[in-house]
Amino acid sequence: MAASTSESDDIRKMAHPLEIPRLKCGAMEGLAPFKASPEHQEKLGFPGELVPDWKEKALAKMKELGEKNRAFQVYLDTCVKCGACTDKCHYFLGTGDPKNMPVARQDLLRSVYRRYFTFAGKYFPKLVGARDLTEDVLNEWYSYYHQCSECRRCSVFCPYGIDTAEITMAARDIMDHIGIGMKYSNEIIGKVHDIGNNLGLNAKALRATLEDLEEDLEDETGISVRIPVDEKGADILLITPSADFFAEPHIDGLLGYAKVFHEAGVSWTVSSYASEAANFGLFIGSYEQMREISLRIRKAAQDLGVKRIVFGECGHAWRVGYSFLNTLAGPFDFLDQNYPIPQHIMEFTWDEIQKGTLNIDKSRNDHIRLTYHDSCNVARASRMGDEPGGQFEIPRNVIKAVCNHYFEMDRETTKESTLCCGGGGGLLTDDLMDLRKKGASPRMTAVQQVTEDHGVTHMAAICAICKTQFSKIMPAFGYEMDSIVSVHQLVSNAIILTGQVIDDDEDKSDE
Amino acid sequence: MLSVIYAILFYVATAILVVGVGMKIRSYARSPAPLKIPTTPAPTTVSGVYLRMFREIVFFESLFKANKWIWLFGWTFHMSMWLVLARHLRYFTQPVWDWVVFIQPYGTYAGFAMVAGLLGLWARRFLVERIRYISAPSDHLMLALMVAIGGSGLLMRFVARPDILMVKNYMLGLMRLRIEQLPSDPILLVHLGLVATLMIIFPISKLLHAPGVFFSPTRNQVDNPREKRHLAPWAAKLEK
Repeated sequence: MAASTSESDDIRKMAHPLEIPRLKCGAMEGLAPFKASPEHQEKLGFPGELVPDWKEKALAKMKELGEKNRAFQVYLDTCVKCGACTDKCHYFLGTGDPKNMPVARQDLLRSVYRRYFTFAGKYFPKLVGARDLTEDVLNEWYSYYHQCSECRRCSVFCPYGIDTAEITMAARDIMDHIGIGMKYSNEIIGKVHDIGNNLGLNAKALRATLEDLEEDLEDETGISVRIPVDEKGADILLITPSADFFAEPHIDGLLGYAKVFHEAGVSWTVSSYASEAANFGLFIGSYEQMREISLRIRKAAQDLGVKRIVFGECGHAWRVGYSFLNTLAGPFDFLDQNYPIPQHIMEFTWDEIQKGTLNIDKSRNDHIRLTYHDSCNVARASRMGDEPGGQFEIPRNVIKAVCNHYFEMDRETTKESTLCCGGGGGLLTDDLMDLRKKGASPRMTAVQQVTEDHGVTHMAAICAICKTQFSKIMPAFGYEMDSIVSVHQLVSNAIILTGQVIDDDEDKSDE
Repeated sequence: MLSVIYAILFYVATAILVVGVGMKIRSYARSPAPLKIPTTPAPTTVSGVYLRMFREIVFFESLFKANKWIWLFGWTFHMSMWLVLARHLRYFTQPVWDWVVFIQPYGTYAGFAMVAGLLGLWARRFLVERIRYISAPSDHLMLALMVAIGGSGLLMRFVARPDILMVKNYMLGLMRLRIEQLPSDPILLVHLGLVATLMIIFPISKLLHAPGVFFSPTRNQVDNPREKRHLAPWAAKLEK
């Protein structure tokens, strides 16, 4: 329980990953990410700044959400305050701020819903904890609904399946509609509308980047492995997070996909028009934004005449891809129906491993003692393969096929109970670094445990946000920046390409 | 006089309960779930979803995963309550159904378990810092109400028995729109008054969790978004 409070870096020392802190009321009060500028707001069709009649607009939006989204209404009504969720949020575990308990976070909005939309709240507000919508409440919303990574861990444990992510998304949607948006997410969505990816990487720059990578690959392997862009008539359209084009360790994952496609002998391409798997429309709870971004994928697939769509390693992108793409941008009757639409790169690679098309030398990952972090959106909001739980098994199968030294973390922190990296849900911005570090401490405590018990050196993940977050915060916990690896980076290390000559002394591939 | 007041009370309470909950259910049923959001791993078939809901409602599966104490008290309370309620059917049926006769002894003692479960839940609202923080006055009052209902019931069963045949006669009468004589034992009047109160507040309180759980998209959706296109009516209009 000893919460070390040294001046700037007050990360909790935890005896175990799920150690429950004492309540520290107001610990994270007032923490808020930068607000979106009017320009970024208006580009998404939201008011540029707080509208004069914001209260009426906010209540009208709440009413609309109740009619359009069953979860909103049911989840606000059904909570009995049993407390099952109170110790489930990594931000609560890391900060001790009671408003980061899932039920308390929901109550920030529920209290207002009760005040204006329920009999008890209208006539007996004090009794049921209902309150007026004021500017203070609005500020509190902005702060604490940007301290939720929409990871759904609470929803696993709620007896009614109440998903705080749904409430957070609704709250952000309401705020966007009265003129208060978050800079990080909304600016990025604007870039996707303009250019096609979160980074604002245009077609020319993308092509140049990928050509460089092709050259690197050829230098490394002596084999020409292609990373095609906008290639009409290719079989597969790869939709991958744009971080895979430039960030570490993401790039090494991209090289892994390229090698797998190469060895599988399929033709594939990325699209410069839909050069982004990430869909931040999810984070801000906007069906319309999510749909618009998804429609780019549909258009790219049609324009390029591909037969299949495969998604790269990205957590929430896979949620939108797996769970929502068919809804938002379907039906995909123009694609080959013999393959899942869309398919995850992990499903593709596992198929190839089973078919035996890949020549794998596991010992090339022997310098790594590995653990695996289940990314929240993959774990609790999607599936891979035909069986429930395939999203846990298939990545592990791939890892075990390419890696000799693999160790699981505490079961209470993996699979459906996995802890968020601390940077999901649109919180991967420097202005929230304090929260990100604290929110990561439960996961990092679990990593430290396997390091102590098994000498684990690296952690693999299949989410661009997890990878960026961990490369940023792992140093604060005594690890190297490159202790976080892509799963396809391990695949890439282990694959011996057809015709590739291996020198015995090249053991420098320790990414 | 008392008989008439209680008769009106019960007719009103029943009407509020039925109409209120009915309206809520209609409202839940009418608002679509625009996206597939089952908490995964989730069943991939409809029968799988029925099984998941069954485990959730009968065993409180998620709560069991979350917290063993809350589960123990909550599950004990709910299951005992069902037994107690079932036992009470004997006051509304003539002749009494065989299975109701069979559970009579269990239902009687379940009353103790029910109150014990409630007291356990209530104690947590005081003793556990996190739960104390999230408790509103209404959360305490709700428990007080249920404990009072259970307590007054136990008192009548084991301490001060009212003329139970007369009570039954009164209830059977109400069901046939006839007002018979109600015994005027104070404990009985308290018991019945509190039950009517509970019925009245049901549709405007967190007791809505009972119908609500069946409409929870994270629990009642089939995990098949790639195979079957899911589209809400309002969302379909965006495609026009």
